[in-house]
Amino acid sequence: MRRETIYEIKSLYRDDFRVTGFRFGSGEKAACIMGSMRGNEYQQIYVCSQLVRKLKKLEEQGRIRAGKEILIIPCGNPYSVNTKKRFWTIDNTDINRMFPGYDLGETTQRIADGIFQEIKDYACGIQFASFYMPGDFVPQVRIMKTGKENIELAKKFGLPYVVVHDPRPFDTATLNYNWQVWDTDAFSVYTTSTSAIDTKSAAQAVNAVLGFLSKQEILDYAGFGEYESRVVASHDFINVRMDYAGFFERIVGAGERVEEGDSLARIVDPYTATVRQTITSPVDGMVAFAHSEALAYQNTAVYKLIPEG
Amino acid sequence: MIEETITIAQVNLPVDEELKIAKHRMRPDVGSVKKLEEAHKRIGIVTGIHGDELEGQYVCYELARRIRETPERLCGIVDIYPAMNPFGIDNITRGIPAFDLDMNRLFPGNQDGDMNEYIAAEIIRDMEGTFLCLDIHASNIFLTEVPQIRINELHRDILVPFAKRSNVDLVWVHGASTVLESTFAYSLNDRGIHTLVVEMGVGMRITREYGDQLVDGIFALMKDAGIWDGEVAPMREPVVSYDEQAEDVYYLNAPVSGVFIKQMEHGSMVKEGDVLGQIVDPMSGKVLSEITAPGDGWLFTVREYPVVDEGSLMGRILKPHTET
Repeated sequence: MRRETIYEIKSLYRDDFRVTGFRFGSGEKAACIMGSMRGNEYQQIYVCSQLVRKLKKLEEQGRIRAGKEILIIPCGNPYSVNTKKRFWTIDNTDINRMFPGYDLGETTQRIADGIFQEIKDYACGIQFASFYMPGDFVPQVRIMKTGKENIELAKKFGLPYVVVHDPRPFDTATLNYNWQVWDTDAFSVYTTSTSAIDTKSAAQAVNAVLGFLSKQEILDYAGFGEYESRVVASHDFINVRMDYAGFFERIVGAGERVEEGDSLARIVDPYTATVRQTITSPVDGMVAFAHSEALAYQNTAVYKLIPEG
Repeated sequence: MIEETITIAQVNLPVDEELKIAKHRMRPDVGSVKKLEEAHKRIGIVTGIHGDELEGQYVCYELARRIRETPERLCGIVDIYPAMNPFGIDNITRGIPAFDLDMNRLFPGNQDGDMNEYIAAEIIRDMEGTFLCLDIHASNIFLTEVPQIRINELHRDILVPFAKRSNVDLVWVHGASTVLESTFAYSLNDRGIHTLVVEMGVGMRITREYGDQLVDGIFALMKDAGIWDGEVAPMREPVVSYDEQAEDVYYLNAPVSGVFIKQMEHGSMVKEGDVLGQIVDPMSGKVLSEITAPGDGWLFTVREYPVVDEGSLMGRILKPHTET
């Protein structure tokens, strides 16, 4: 394992801003794993740290295939993590809306460029991503439909779902999209949580990535308990929205199977404890996403369900 | 003249509050107008999509004040939308605070989407039928701008003639970008509603002189459209930069992190080598970098917020060869 500084900027009053990478094996750029790019993505760093520990051991055991190199970047934005701010410290811009970056541009464009120059030539790119709404996910691999997406490869993670997503305009500036444009097979892996550490889904993600790397003949690793992935288009998800705002009392969480008519959650009047609405499942299916905050706004998609196919 | 405040989108918030997006409409009594078709012609003055950009607040106030001075001159409809993102204005925040979302990346919205997508869709729906819209921004809290209109190259042929009549100092036609397709202005122009994006002044402040200048321009646009038949001030001729290839402008990005002390004000003409400012280190008391003009031109943007990271924008200079 080699620990390297991938990119750095000097600051006026803080320690240098550093993006740190961990390299395993040597030779062909086989796989790159990217963790957090936003200040609230703790789980994404945590999963990378578990992979660093595991790959260090596998490397010592000689189980990384000859001529293959793996790079892990646990965090592309330590400044925001350390100050508990989601986006860039001064100007609140999102590094994951700046790809492929620009070396002469603004700060977050330069950071995106500094990272992208290091990682754009890898055959496979895996990013631990998060969603802008607060909530929990059923573990899934997301792949953006650019015409270059490789769905069969995505199934090799052995996670329950492969979600195929039509890019929206802002997606064109994300890492995942640009990786694909630069001919990397790119995947976003969602574990259950973002700003809380969920060890169970982290272990599942570590197993999924190591199993994937093994199937790609990058390392020798026997995975366990893999799923036969089901491929779902993101537009086939059923959004369950609330007609009212209030306190959100969750009955069912991500990863649970529900039947049509099952109660999913209650919306409660914060002053009188009156139940404003009990929302029920419109279909038989799997809870792919469940809202996780105490407050819920009107019209919020508090659940995303994958209908039984 | 008839005036009314109309709610265009409304949602209940969790604890004892409603979020309402409203507009103020000023229109003539139909019986008093000469041409009925013009009585239905609408101009929309929109601001507050970014909650920390306040220059448009004065424009909304001043426009209404001047119309009320001679209401008989109003021949069409003026819709004033002062606060598209009321949460942001209340929280001194560019985005939508509870969601950390840039509202200007949510358009055209979705009627069946979440609260913010729904509001965006309702705003677009309300704009339908508008002849001309001005979306007034104030750069951000970091940069001060001369009054200017920015136009996506895709809409240049339609919008440049309007922009030239709006009394700004600069019309900047820039290249298209997929990311910008989620903006309010793109969504409206894409629907055939002519929309000009105004950038002027600086975030969190009101520059009254710029507000007055733009209000003069709005009256000229209204007169051209037949919405106003009163006197209008003489218009200034803007510099027009057709910069689709991004070659007309020098961008000055900070070579080091530090505190930027500006020496030139925005709007200055500069010569190659002129010192625009310095980046200093207050800890050591040393100059870290002297910022000089890379070429002759017009400093139309300058940094207002002193702290810079490496890469932070400190200014923009328009090269002298552009069309006037």
